[in-house]
Amino acid sequence: MTTQPDQTAEPQPAPGLRLRGMTKRFGSLVANDAIDLDIEPGRIHCLLGENGAGKSTLMNVLYGLLQPDEGEITVDGEPVRIGSPKQAMAAGIGMVHQHFMLVDVFTVAENLVLGREGGALLDMRRARRTVRELSDRYGFAVDPDAVIEDLPVGVQQRVEILKALANDARFLIFDEPTAVLTPQETDELIAVIKSLRDEGRAIVFITHKLREVRELADTITVIRRGKVVGTAEPGESEAKLAELMVGRSVNLTVAKAAPATEGDPRLVVRGLSVTGPTGVPVVRDVDLDVHGGEIVCIAGVQGNGQTELAEALLGTVPVSAGGVELDGTPITRLTPRQRIDLGLGFVPEDRQRDGFVGSFSVAENLVLNHVTEPPYASGIGLRVDRIRAEALDRVAEFDIRTQSVDTPVSALSGGNQQKVVLAREMSRPLAVMIANQPTRGVDVGAIEFLHARLVAERDRGTAVVIVSTELDEVIALADRIVVMCGGRIVGIVPANTSREVLGLMMAGVSADEAMRTAATTTEDVNEVIT
Amino acid sequence: MSAPATPAVPSAPTPPPPAAATPGPRLESAEKRRQRLSTGVLIVVVGVLLLVLLASTHGASRFALSNAFDPVQLPTVSLPGLPTVLVCAVLCLLAGAGFVSGRLHGRLPAVAGTVAGIAFTLGFLAWAAAGRDLPFPVSNQFAGTLSLATPLVFGALCGVLCERAGVVNVSIEGQFLVSAFVAAVVGSVTGSLAAAIVSAMVAGFGMAVLLALFAIGFKVNQVVLGVVLNVFASGITGFLFDQLVSPQAEKLNSAPVMAALPIPGLSKIPFFGPVLFSQPVLAYLAVIAVVLVWWLLTRTSWGLRIRSVGEHPAAAEVVGISVTGVRWSAVLAGGLLAGLGGSFFTVGATGSFDKDFTVGNGFIALAALIMGRWNPVLAALMAVFFGFVTQMGSQMQTLSTPVPSQFLLLLPYVATIIAVAGLIGRVRAPAADGEPYEKG
Repeated sequence: MTTQPDQTAEPQPAPGLRLRGMTKRFGSLVANDAIDLDIEPGRIHCLLGENGAGKSTLMNVLYGLLQPDEGEITVDGEPVRIGSPKQAMAAGIGMVHQHFMLVDVFTVAENLVLGREGGALLDMRRARRTVRELSDRYGFAVDPDAVIEDLPVGVQQRVEILKALANDARFLIFDEPTAVLTPQETDELIAVIKSLRDEGRAIVFITHKLREVRELADTITVIRRGKVVGTAEPGESEAKLAELMVGRSVNLTVAKAAPATEGDPRLVVRGLSVTGPTGVPVVRDVDLDVHGGEIVCIAGVQGNGQTELAEALLGTVPVSAGGVELDGTPITRLTPRQRIDLGLGFVPEDRQRDGFVGSFSVAENLVLNHVTEPPYASGIGLRVDRIRAEALDRVAEFDIRTQSVDTPVSALSGGNQQKVVLAREMSRPLAVMIANQPTRGVDVGAIEFLHARLVAERDRGTAVVIVSTELDEVIALADRIVVMCGGRIVGIVPANTSREVLGLMMAGVSADEAMRTAATTTEDVNEVIT
Repeated sequence: MSAPATPAVPSAPTPPPPAAATPGPRLESAEKRRQRLSTGVLIVVVGVLLLVLLASTHGASRFALSNAFDPVQLPTVSLPGLPTVLVCAVLCLLAGAGFVSGRLHGRLPAVAGTVAGIAFTLGFLAWAAAGRDLPFPVSNQFAGTLSLATPLVFGALCGVLCERAGVVNVSIEGQFLVSAFVAAVVGSVTGSLAAAIVSAMVAGFGMAVLLALFAIGFKVNQVVLGVVLNVFASGITGFLFDQLVSPQAEKLNSAPVMAALPIPGLSKIPFFGPVLFSQPVLAYLAVIAVVLVWWLLTRTSWGLRIRSVGEHPAAAEVVGISVTGVRWSAVLAGGLLAGLGGSFFTVGATGSFDKDFTVGNGFIALAALIMGRWNPVLAALMAVFFGFVTQMGSQMQTLSTPVPSQFLLLLPYVATIIAVAGLIGRVRAPAADGEPYEKG
């Protein structure tokens, strides 16, 4: 790659990275099926597809983390074998991983120098200088001596980018880079990516967010179920892109009637504070009323106290101050079991860990929260027939795609697993439903269904609280939006608040100020919010 | 929207720093509070214990600062027993009250913990030595501490290397045992100390190969594996000892013993000279090893890679580092250190081996490593601390105190717990410690 072919050689092949017929199988599952992809210098190639479509698998193959079963990779016309990340780096490929590949307890400089120390002794002075030079060049303002775990997520991502640039990567892969960012950070990232493209680097941008694709892409390739199903022009409409991605036309908006008239709030939170394991308050003085028949969405960037707030409402994390009432009953001192019995439904953020028992069957998981009570139990015995009958009903009602009710839940797709969780929580009359990231990692088809069920639950008179980091979801579902930042409620705004105002509030700007700022800068960012 | 070469400063105000940095009332987490209260209560309890001991404190407590063979003889210090114990008890109670009240901030908890630890040790010794015929031999206490600590330091350093790379090493005990055995046999056959020590290192290396092969290669549960290796070491050395070594003990179990190597000049300093600078060569090596391991971990590329594979192996993998390779190298290097430590039990002491000769020292090294927070220097200090309390227990026995000696051997560990709780607090292991690495 460093040697230039001389002038007399055969016609020079077009520069760039080309994948031909890449196939990767896991057992009987074909994750990538004969995928062709051209990655050209000075262009941003968006790879669009749903969760599980095979985008990340493809990029892991390209980065040498997985070995393809078939297919060829060429760089500038030369076939290359990429058997390890080392060879990928040698071929000029750099990757910004979705889950940052940074050692949390190392400094920025240590992370940058790792793997490219250039000698037995560590030369930290040189490493710091490299960080400063690169960070000045791209306007990143990253302190070389800062420890990663103390940095905000957006800055951590810049360190990931610096790592790839320190290696002078010609081909830069961004794997779902905006999942953890505020809208403003996303805009900054987009500017950075465009400037990297303008330097002549080839960019691969992996995402399932249509808005970003329209903003960034020079080329769009859509992947569905491991296959390239088409390419699209950057100007393509979102609806068209969504249809290409999902394979049928999808309804991007949620149909719902106006919220029910307000009676007494069913969930009342007053001055709630939670202290984290390190002694730092993670939820600070939260006041919140949720009425029956409305959906309140808690928006915010990941890690700003939403998860702890939700868990404090369920009672699985201790509260350091404040109180919670459910239908007028103080529940602050009750156990999660007692709260559930009072009509609290809960969908945890990490369903794999907290939502179900993977090795249990669908039927068993569907009754986990009341398995010790009649009609599912008599004495110390279980009524297996009743449990199965109940499960059959739920599977039909919630359209859970499973071979049988005896299939272990771990064998289901993400969307169907989440339907199991939701079906279990909604199988009884609820007063309050708390759903944390209800559609994370779920395919678009299932998202439509889950959203409809949550709205139906609202219409039954339940007070619904949804924690989501996806602004699209918040805007689609909410009757009111609560924005959290740094453990505090920044503001409570109506559902029709603009994306930009919400973004500013997620960064900690008060609602009034956010609206003023938004009003003065609307002209500059008109494209962003269309 | 234009694409500037450097991204423009966003028009929006920059997001506030993460919660950790924002000022505000620092509430105490339930865990911290529990830890603080339990530390405080523990210190108060030992303070009360000292008060109880007051009743049986009679006469003066004498402390001998040099033993009969030292070139410079120092006077024997005599403290009034009762007031000394009383003052120490009060200091403990004050420190304990400080913890319980929650008024200690910044460096104060560490200071209070240290004061309580020292006060308890001194008060306890003053009680034990009060009115006895013999003074408490302080220089013996320190000299014995160092010789007990030498193998512990090597063991703890072995553990530091392994665990910083993400491999839990419970088999330090087994590595000690096998290398102690090999050192005794090779030393006896060759008559050479150097051969004994080198062969012990080879033995420690061999045990490390087993650990690495199963822990890294076959991804066996590392704690279970460590226990199995210890049982294996005990079994194989016991078998060979019975069948091979003890029938011909003169030929196979009488290795030369390492003599003390006084450092010219320094060993003549009163008190400190005999204690610190007249030690067998392995003790000096232990000190060098501490510095060496610290330097390797913090100043070399290999050390950076070790730390990275112990914290976030995937991050190391994606920058082209072989996680298994680095882990193997760290475990093997640790094996060499454990071998050095193991040799001390035989050629550093009596020159002969006996069944299960290392009596749990490997586990104490493991404890020192954890209480030293996986830091080579702190772990070595903890090893010295364990040497200190063990030596104190055996010194006490010679004072013929009224309390059963087994009980006395146990008590110093209370001081350990207090010091650890107050000085160290919550420990944080390398994030990927004990996690086998799965590629991709």
